[in-house]
Amino acid sequence: MKFTEEHEWLRVEGDEVVVGITAHAAEQLGDVVFIELPDEGTTVSKDDEVVVIESVKAASDILAPLDGEITEVNEALVDEPGKVNDDAEGEAWFFKMKIEDMSALDDMMDEAAYKKYIG
Amino acid sequence: MSDLKRTPLYDLHVGLGAKMVPFAGYEMPVQYSLGVMKEHLHCRAAAGLFDVSHMGQVILRSEDPKVAKAALERLIPQDVLGLGEDRQRYGFFTNDEGGIEDDLMFANRGDHLFVVVNAACKDADVARMRAALEPEVTVKLLENRALLALQGPKAEAVLAEHHPSLAEMRFMDVATVPIAGAECWVSRSGYTGEDGYEISVPLAAAKDLAQALLAHQDVEAIGLGARDSLRLEAGLCLYGHDIDDTTSPVEGGLTWGIQKTRRLGGDREGGFPGATRILSEMADGVSRKRVGLIPEGRAPMREGTELFASPDAETPVGTVTSGGFGPTIGAPVAMGYVGASFAEIGTALFGEVRGKRLPVSVAKLPFVAAGFKR
Repeated sequence: MKFTEEHEWLRVEGDEVVVGITAHAAEQLGDVVFIELPDEGTTVSKDDEVVVIESVKAASDILAPLDGEITEVNEALVDEPGKVNDDAEGEAWFFKMKIEDMSALDDMMDEAAYKKYIG
Repeated sequence: MSDLKRTPLYDLHVGLGAKMVPFAGYEMPVQYSLGVMKEHLHCRAAAGLFDVSHMGQVILRSEDPKVAKAALERLIPQDVLGLGEDRQRYGFFTNDEGGIEDDLMFANRGDHLFVVVNAACKDADVARMRAALEPEVTVKLLENRALLALQGPKAEAVLAEHHPSLAEMRFMDVATVPIAGAECWVSRSGYTGEDGYEISVPLAAAKDLAQALLAHQDVEAIGLGARDSLRLEAGLCLYGHDIDDTTSPVEGGLTWGIQKTRRLGGDREGGFPGATRILSEMADGVSRKRVGLIPEGRAPMREGTELFASPDAETPVGTVTSGGFGPTIGAPVAMGYVGASFAEIGTALFGEVRGKRLPVSVAKLPFVAAGFKR
């Protein structure tokens, strides 16, 4: 898995990347009560706001980690946003995307680097 | 956070895994390890312990107790003289324009009045009372007491184990009772919509008392996050958000808190700051009103969300002043101000969230029925 400074994780699955937020981020957010996902097929640029996530405390945006196209979203989260708190790095993925340049992943943090990043 | 004050329970909060945040000049627990949602639900189902020591505890004293009562009536539109001994009442300081400067609780303790005000306003409140009431009345901000709240349906049973008389108190009764060896000033009140108690305790005994209460299996520590969602579901105003120095008590739906004797035709009609506006609004109505709001979807409508009469209307008819997810309701809830013609229960409105107009309807407050033991 790769990690961004925005506390997203990315997992490569074939020619796609699965994206979610880290358990650390989910813990910081608190109980998640609302998630708005992008439309499948949307073309996004890095740092576009693609997901809205609201916890009992506040609303935050999840940014597109890379340029690409959203190919699939995890609709189950809309009805059960609390899954993000239960299994942030597993079942509670947000979306899958096709990215133009897989080599961009090479510059991202690995797990050890992310752990160091969050201290 | 070095310039922030700490309550005597700071170490206890940290030891319980609290996330500490700055609030009204204090480092306060926003949540513990349970998290906001579970803390909220626990308080409604059993009992929650809140540290509200940041709030201002003030004693008003005069040689003849009637003098202090009459003097306080010059600052608030409540009936102070008619409040029975060892009874408490909700009130609010008003300004000359009829806005609200702060809300408060005051209790008649026989030879003095005991007043509790919001943390963020306490210095201004004390200055206001000193300017208006001294020298005939002494105004003393207590620095030697902490304030705890035990709230929820099991609060009575938990406290009765410490002193059986506490179970006999009714809503808004006040008593001095020894709990866990300390002289406590207890009121049967709170700000969650649940039955419960607020306990003023000497600083030195606060931690022991909190630990004694937390030792009970039905009691969990509850942070500011759940305190906010509990009071929102209970339809209670948060000062600085749902009421402020521009909103009148009539607009804020707080006329129930102005007793007959201070209203038009009452024995002590008017005589408080802003009486002209407030009494005429009570007679003639207001142009905007505080209402409950239930968004239709799952998206919370937070403070500042603008409300519109239709999906394409250009001018808003209102604004959300408090909003979020209501864990007991299991859906988003909010409060806000709308034009008086949009205030009827069931009125369909639209809240603009991230550029989208989402349906929301005006709803009855409170969202969760109060559990007070009257």
